[in-house]
Amino acid sequence: MADLVVGRDKCGEQRLVSLPLSRIRVIMKSSPEVSSINQEALVLTAKATELFVQDLATYSYRHGSGKEKRALTYHDLSNTAEESETFQFLADILPKKILASKYLKMLKEKEEEEEENENNNDESDEAES
Amino acid sequence: MAERPEDLNLPNAVITRIIKEALPDGVNISKEARSAISRAASVFVLYATSCANNFAMKGKRKTLNASDVLSAMEEMEFQRFVTPLKEALEAYRREQKGKKEASEQKKKDKDRKTDSEEQDKSRDEEIDEDEERLEEEEQNEEEEVDN
Repeated sequence: MADLVVGRDKCGEQRLVSLPLSRIRVIMKSSPEVSSINQEALVLTAKATELFVQDLATYSYRHGSGKEKRALTYHDLSNTAEESETFQFLADILPKKILASKYLKMLKEKEEEEEENENNNDESDEAES
Repeated sequence: MAERPEDLNLPNAVITRIIKEALPDGVNISKEARSAISRAASVFVLYATSCANNFAMKGKRKTLNASDVLSAMEEMEFQRFVTPLKEALEAYRREQKGKKEASEQKKKDKDRKTDSEEQDKSRDEEIDEDEERLEEEEQNEEEEVDN
């Protein structure tokens, strides 16, 4: 399996796949219900993952705000997860970041809303009796 | 088998190289972005595997094969990967065939070598026998002379 590990072999020729097949296999096997994986499937999954990394990086860079700064940032990636349908499956692991102060404010507003609702219910109860 | 958390991650160096090769020269990639892409790649493998496994199960097979992976790509809306993947598959099959033929050739050469070694050995034995006969004859001659 060490065959297709490195990008270039000793002769400097380009290898089919750069990602280590052993690691890819570990990840695949961690998936429940998977019994066995044939070698071709393993190679193709590794190759597909490489294509995916290239795709995600270029898409995020092109559509991201980091372009002006000639940089790729986390923000570009989380934007992609949110806006692109193809990459939506990443939304949970690439969440948008929010300032702690904003989050606390949101929590507070929610609390106040709930309090208001309770008060309204109490009033209507009183009215009935 | 208990997997340690780092086992489900892909090596940073390789991920970084793939990203750099995909982006234009001189673009900086933040550490956070790199780590995020690496995590995304692991999730992609899981998603692809699960999807491919569905196709295998539909086909009543327990082993994931190449066509399951290709079908998964289409299902996941990564059709643009299908052509390059098919090319990679062809190249991989050719490589495997080449390796198989090379090892079979090696085995043939080895067998041939062993055969020729045996031939040499028997030729050597013949030479030895001849030498022995010569020696005997010489001895006989000497004896005769003595007599």
